[in-house]
Amino acid sequence: MQNRREFVKEMVAGAAVLGAGTNFAWGQGKAAEKSKVVIVRDAKLRTPGPAPDEKRVAALLDHAMQTYFNAQNPVQPWKQIVRPGQVVSLKLNSMGGRAISPSVALVAAICERLQQAGIKAGDIIVWDRGSRELESAGFKLSNAPGAVRFIGSDTAGYEDASVSYGSVTTRLAKILTQSDVLINMPVLKSHNIVGVTMAMKNMYGVINNPNTMHGSGCNPYIADLNMIPQIRRKVRFVVGDLKTAVYEGGPGYRPEYAWNENALMVGEDRVAIDTISAQIVERKRAEKGLQTLEQKGTPLTYIATAADAQHKLGTNDPARIALIEQRIA
Amino acid sequence: MKMRIQRTRLVAIAALLTVVVMAGVGCKKKIVDPFPASGAVAGWEKGDKTQTFDAANLYEYIDGGAEQYISAGGVGVATSDYKFQGNLEATVDVYTMKTADGAKTIFEADPATSDSKSVQLGDAARLYGQSVVFRKGSTLVRITAYEAAPGESDALLALAHGVEGKL
Repeated sequence: MQNRREFVKEMVAGAAVLGAGTNFAWGQGKAAEKSKVVIVRDAKLRTPGPAPDEKRVAALLDHAMQTYFNAQNPVQPWKQIVRPGQVVSLKLNSMGGRAISPSVALVAAICERLQQAGIKAGDIIVWDRGSRELESAGFKLSNAPGAVRFIGSDTAGYEDASVSYGSVTTRLAKILTQSDVLINMPVLKSHNIVGVTMAMKNMYGVINNPNTMHGSGCNPYIADLNMIPQIRRKVRFVVGDLKTAVYEGGPGYRPEYAWNENALMVGEDRVAIDTISAQIVERKRAEKGLQTLEQKGTPLTYIATAADAQHKLGTNDPARIALIEQRIA
Repeated sequence: MKMRIQRTRLVAIAALLTVVVMAGVGCKKKIVDPFPASGAVAGWEKGDKTQTFDAANLYEYIDGGAEQYISAGGVGVATSDYKFQGNLEATVDVYTMKTADGAKTIFEADPATSDSKSVQLGDAARLYGQSVVFRKGSTLVRITAYEAAPGESDALLALAHGVEGKL
């Protein structure tokens, strides 16, 4: 860490970024502040094999988190997200298999930092909708007491009672309802229905009936789903794994349309995260000579809905997003 | 637990048979296993599991991607993993559509890339660096490798020919 050369690019002049450790419920007293989104890249993240370099992944995570929280050591950020005694779950997006899922190394690094922040190993749950998906992403399923658990909602089950908000009526995954804090760990992909999937769309994996919410570009389903109190309140932070991203043909893994971004994106404002994510995909599409997402018929309306006066889940206004991009050499 | 796994397997096998029988709709019905056995294509080993999803649960396999197939007349998909020479991993997805037009719709929805090329396989095929897609009648096949490797395209194309020969 000490030998790193850093190149900082403040994308928003005079940005007054969110303070560390502040109230996590965006929209409740934060409307006047800018939402901070941190992206850190490491061109040497990859090894010749399929998995990224574990040490560099861990360093990348620490760098991103310390930058976001302006922290002096790598554990301090996590102490501002979780408290000892809490059950903390990491909701992955592992649908695309190991090529486009949060890496095992990244998950391991977060689990280590959580434990250093006072969370018991047995109170950490790594999960996704399906056990098969977790396995295909390289995770070994385990439900052993006292150790970090790796389970799918297909095994853990869903609550019997439904919850509703707006257009959404659904049953929540028991892992979500039994968690005190949820760390959202999405990956960046184009999406044939919604345009881009990153933070908010990843919540389709915490409910029993995502297949019923894909009409009208998933709008207003995605925003309404994120308004459900258990989701809005418990999702405390987003750690997006952007080692690989997909600019066309998603949400499945499409190597012909994938590129190595070799990055992590972190933040607490899920709408700002999705807004920046969409910009990244649009840039790559332009570079490849493809239509914009709007021209393609996937105009990202769900992001605007999430930011509207009814939802106030975050901001999609670039002028109110403080984007900090750094590069580890 | 074992009984549950066995039941799941039985359901999967039954569903697979349903899918492949449906592949024959419109012509003579026949049961087809589209997956080459281990060693049938040089260097390729088939994984133990073959999974199937029909239109009703396709979202469990490709949530958010299922609608594209269903709107084009998707009946279901059968999928299996393969390994080439013990290390390169790939997935073979065999989508069954109601009609050849449905397979064509899906095939043509994907834009070509600078490194892709058309190849002689089935009714139409496109080879990319890490994947190959082809259609044959009402079937669309997508073979995806999970990492880049030297000689990968040739290996994927050989496997694709193996699948095509079984359709």
